[in-house]
Amino acid sequence: MSDITLNASAKVAEAAPRSAPISQVGFVGWMRANLFSGWLSTAVTLLLAYLIVRWAIGFVDWAFINAVWSVPNNQTQACRDLRGTGACWAVITEKHRFILFGTYPYEEHWRPALCIALFVGLYIVSAMRRFWRKELALIWVGVLTLIGVLMWGGVLGLTYVPQERWGGLVITLILATFGLALAFPLAILVALGRRSKLPAIKALCVIYVELIRGVPLISLLFMASVMFPLFLPEGMNIDKLLRAQIAIILFAGAYLAEVVRGGLQSLSKGQYEAADALGLSYWQKTGFIILPQALRLVIPPLVNTFIGFFKDTSLVLIIGIFDLLTAGKTAIIEPAWQGFGIEVYLTVGAIYFIFCFAMSKYSQGLEAELNRHRAR
Amino acid sequence: MSQTTIDPRSLRAPPRRPLRLSWSDERVRAIVWQILVVGIVGAIVWWLWSNTVHNLEVRRIATGFGFLGREAGLPIAENLIPYSPTDTYFRALLIGLLNTLKVAIVGIVLATIFGTLIGIARLSKNWLLSKIAGVYIEVIRDLPLLLQLLFWYAILQGLPGPRQALHPVGGVFLSNRGLKLPWIEWQDAHSYALLAFALGALFTWFYRRDAIRKRILDGKPRPVWPVALGCLLVLPVAIWAAAGAPWTVDWPELRGFNFRGGLNMSPEYFALLLGLTTYTAGFIAEIVRAGILAVPHGQWEAAQALGLRSGQVLKQVVLPQALRVIIPPMTSQYLNITKNSSLAVAIGYQDIVSIANTTLNQTGQAIEGIAIIMLVYLSISLSISLFMNWYNARIALVER
Repeated sequence: MSDITLNASAKVAEAAPRSAPISQVGFVGWMRANLFSGWLSTAVTLLLAYLIVRWAIGFVDWAFINAVWSVPNNQTQACRDLRGTGACWAVITEKHRFILFGTYPYEEHWRPALCIALFVGLYIVSAMRRFWRKELALIWVGVLTLIGVLMWGGVLGLTYVPQERWGGLVITLILATFGLALAFPLAILVALGRRSKLPAIKALCVIYVELIRGVPLISLLFMASVMFPLFLPEGMNIDKLLRAQIAIILFAGAYLAEVVRGGLQSLSKGQYEAADALGLSYWQKTGFIILPQALRLVIPPLVNTFIGFFKDTSLVLIIGIFDLLTAGKTAIIEPAWQGFGIEVYLTVGAIYFIFCFAMSKYSQGLEAELNRHRAR
Repeated sequence: MSQTTIDPRSLRAPPRRPLRLSWSDERVRAIVWQILVVGIVGAIVWWLWSNTVHNLEVRRIATGFGFLGREAGLPIAENLIPYSPTDTYFRALLIGLLNTLKVAIVGIVLATIFGTLIGIARLSKNWLLSKIAGVYIEVIRDLPLLLQLLFWYAILQGLPGPRQALHPVGGVFLSNRGLKLPWIEWQDAHSYALLAFALGALFTWFYRRDAIRKRILDGKPRPVWPVALGCLLVLPVAIWAAAGAPWTVDWPELRGFNFRGGLNMSPEYFALLLGLTTYTAGFIAEIVRAGILAVPHGQWEAAQALGLRSGQVLKQVVLPQALRVIIPPMTSQYLNITKNSSLAVAIGYQDIVSIANTTLNQTGQAIEGIAIIMLVYLSISLSISLFMNWYNARIALVER
């Protein structure tokens, strides 16, 4: 019935559409929907807002307003007077070179600094899909060799720096990069071995993976530091950094192998059968058909595993290798600077965070990009 | 040649070709490859082993576990069972193992609770709450655990001494000597009540299983809660009351330079527990979030359309499906907590790694010391995986 009345008045000029009430759209509407949608939500929002504001004021007071930025020649009394009310960033001003470069000769610090830049450049280039070609492996070999030359020196007019004097961020990057670069091929072989039909090879791979994954990294590092010297023939000695590096490679290999195996398992059986039907040999089948697809599937979890290992390199602190965290911990051993751990750990943490956060965001972006074809 | 003599059953299996000694025969290749790989690995192991034996001879290190019976002489600050430095290495290592389990078990329980809460907060409709949970997860997961442990330990060491201890609630003191909590004085009556509770829990579980079985047969609901209430609450309380209802609270108080009484948490244990819990909670939160998101929205709606109450929807429909996604990654987080507790050695909490490390430094028995550490962690890892695999199989989707 109301239809009739509507039709009758159809000739009347349409009223201009009214905008939605202010409480439903725009900023106010958003706040109502997301912050104050009910009494419980309102209470939670108010409580959290209060806590954040209070905490933020306290933090700004501590970190900026009451902070001491530098002190003359290790006179830390000014800092000690502030105990609990202000940060002593003077410890960073004083020790930042030590934390970044360890005991590397002072006038040669540009060399590890350049190495850090090279590492970062290498990561950025490897992250770009445009460069995912075979030549990338050559770039890796070239850059890593260049880094070795820069760190050791002894050629091209660079003074020789023994490995015992390396330290700081560059050690963390070396352990993580070389570790992953060498663990990755090992992981692929082990993952293939674990899927193999040959019982002896399968058994070896299962034992390796399960043994390594069952024990903490520390026990492997201890093994590298106290047992490796016993394993080698008399007179042959490899330095501590290399021993720790081997332990990290063996450890990372087992975890990466499980990630790769996940990719191998998620490929449909038809891919294997089609490759067999084409008459490809095992290695042709694996290299041209299986691995390219399987690895593409597991790139996001691989990056997550990389983040894990980047963080785990800090464990070498326990066997006394001078990585970033050890350098930070050592910087505050000196009596004048004792007790300023919080400032140092916050700074070191910020460096770790930058690397890991970048990798984590990259992994999320990549996952979205690789899944785009599935979303359609 | 008569075809009738062939057994028809043998025709179904593919004919077995005789083994030809040629590279083109797949089976020959398989055997050669396996002999080659096993041979190489065996040769490497043998080479390392013979080097080790030779080195041990040259350095005059006696092998074997005989040192376990010798007097340890190392002081241990925290022990769940009585210990003195005159006890044997074996007992010292046992204390270390108990300390590892103490931090791992408490850490697993706390991280599960805390992580689940954060995971749910991340899914909250409240924008602020969800963002804060998101920032927490991102930050905590992108920092090395060892750094976090050292950070917490530095904070605890920077706290004022016992005389100026922080005193947030009555009976709780936080100082550079650790955390002090009030605790009840443990008496026999409490042990009996606890035992009654455990037996009651077991009985309730069996009763519930039986009730569900009978309900499936005749469709009549049998409420479990009266039995549960009786077994879990009334009976233990009755036993406790019958024993005279002892209830003395042991309050920590300042005497001289330190606290007496109450439950004591050393700064090392507190820092380790705090670090492990907050770190792992960040990972568990993501697992819980993914698990809940994995249940399609239609499942909620369908369950509500069937007339189930919201508690029933969660318990009968959503959780069983979410748990299936949650359990496997959760298992590896539990294993991670246990393995990560070995970082205790960096802040001086005496767990199994720390004590085995001291032992191998004192006795020079490197191989045995490392073997003990590995054996302990392998057995713990294996037990947790076996238990979680059993649980996972129980709740897994029953497929036809």
